[in-house]
Amino acid sequence: MNVIYILWLREIKRFLRSPVQVVGSLAQPAFFLLALGFGFNPVFEKAGQGNYMQFMAPGMIGMTVLISSAFSGVAVLWDRQFGSLKETLVAPVPRLYIMIGRTFGGATVGILQGILILLLCMVTGFRPQHFSAVISGFGFVAMIATCFAGLGMIIGSTLKDMQSFNVVANFMVMPMVFLSGAFYPLDNLPLILNVLTRINPLSYGVDGLRGTLIGHWHFNYVLDMSLLSCVGAVFLIAGAYSFSKIEI
Amino acid sequence: MIRVDNLTKTFKAFEAVKGISFHVAPGEIFAFLGPNGAGKTTTIKMLTTILRPSSGTVLLDGLDPDHQKMAARKKFGIVFQDSSLDGEQTAYENMEMHGVLYHMPKKVRAERIERMLTTFELWDRRKDYVKKFSGGMKRRLEIARGLMHSPKILFLDEPTLGLDPQSRNQLWTHVKHLNETENTTIFLTTHHLDEADRVAHRIGIMDHGKLIAQGTSAELKEQTGASSLEDAFLALTGSSLRDEDAGATDQLREYAQIHGGNR
Repeated sequence: MNVIYILWLREIKRFLRSPVQVVGSLAQPAFFLLALGFGFNPVFEKAGQGNYMQFMAPGMIGMTVLISSAFSGVAVLWDRQFGSLKETLVAPVPRLYIMIGRTFGGATVGILQGILILLLCMVTGFRPQHFSAVISGFGFVAMIATCFAGLGMIIGSTLKDMQSFNVVANFMVMPMVFLSGAFYPLDNLPLILNVLTRINPLSYGVDGLRGTLIGHWHFNYVLDMSLLSCVGAVFLIAGAYSFSKIEI
Repeated sequence: MIRVDNLTKTFKAFEAVKGISFHVAPGEIFAFLGPNGAGKTTTIKMLTTILRPSSGTVLLDGLDPDHQKMAARKKFGIVFQDSSLDGEQTAYENMEMHGVLYHMPKKVRAERIERMLTTFELWDRRKDYVKKFSGGMKRRLEIARGLMHSPKILFLDEPTLGLDPQSRNQLWTHVKHLNETENTTIFLTTHHLDEADRVAHRIGIMDHGKLIAQGTSAELKEQTGASSLEDAFLALTGSSLRDEDAGATDQLREYAQIHGGNR
């Protein structure tokens, strides 16, 4: 238990100790919020869809949590060669504990980022429907964080070099964000987009967030939650497996 | 303390280690030398439970690292070729993490941390972030950490890589002192043959996956008729250059040098 705790704590400390990184990681969602949120608002309102900032904010929260948690897992690639991960791999501790400590550390950082971006959204005019909505919304933040920290762990344990790291960052993270309904409603999409958005787990996370925070559902609570739970469990198990196979 | 019998490691079609046998006595400093690509690092990885041998046996203080992994891991400390410190944590926190990973009780942890950091002249810097340390300080901290759980064996994989002569000299003084006072068995690799000559009781030379010579420095010199260990080494391994293809790790290392490796 001590081992899991200290590895979890390490991730939190790293986050809290690098203010530059905290601010940097909020720059992209902040930019999207301001440029797209205000930029598309007139069109969105004209189309009778209400306020675009309201619509987009839950998507930005989902995006931030996904990026933060996925990268915490992918950092394993780096850390096993040049960081303290290598030390933990020769310690008399089962690898599963190490994986659990790190993954949940990364997921917790994702949740903290989610809180920060929610505050930022509220500064730019976002209003959740009720205070209790924020609490149930964070159930989805936690699910997104866990799912993608697990997925990041799979990738970080499997990759061998930095080139593939960049490829993954560009070809996995961004498509997932853009095909999740974070930026646009999922109604009346062309067939191919419809299929892609439905197989993307982030779609259900963003939908859950939007549903709980502003009462706008595309799927429904039960579907979103159960799908994310299943995907999360699969990613965590596969993450633990690939982590156990790391050779340094 | 370390007993290796007919150890081999095959990667697909490539035989990296071809049936080597040697033993290291308790309290001995054993230098493991060889040109790049000789199979030294692969051997260390098999000795330290990171890689599974293809065949042959390893015993560390009577334990088989392949089958009694957790027990064997408590027997040794290791300093890797690339730093494995956490730059974003303080020296003390790095030590503390190690103590938790090795299941040391809180009180023992605190005592050992103070003792090791004092020995390696880092106690005054314990609250500083490791990313601010010089190369020599980082190495000292890594050795202090590797010794924190009082292992019987310490593996040092090129511990002086990238250090200036002053830091190298200081590091070996510490290592020798430790070997004399705590009777820790030390297994090291280095490309600085003068260092091996200075600190090691016995030397093994590996080339092309085989252990081609072992003995004291004097024995190796006598065997080859050379006046220095370096000449003996070249006489045994030849003077042709070894060009390996850069593996994934080398590519990462290069990337780290360009982009700063302190994550």
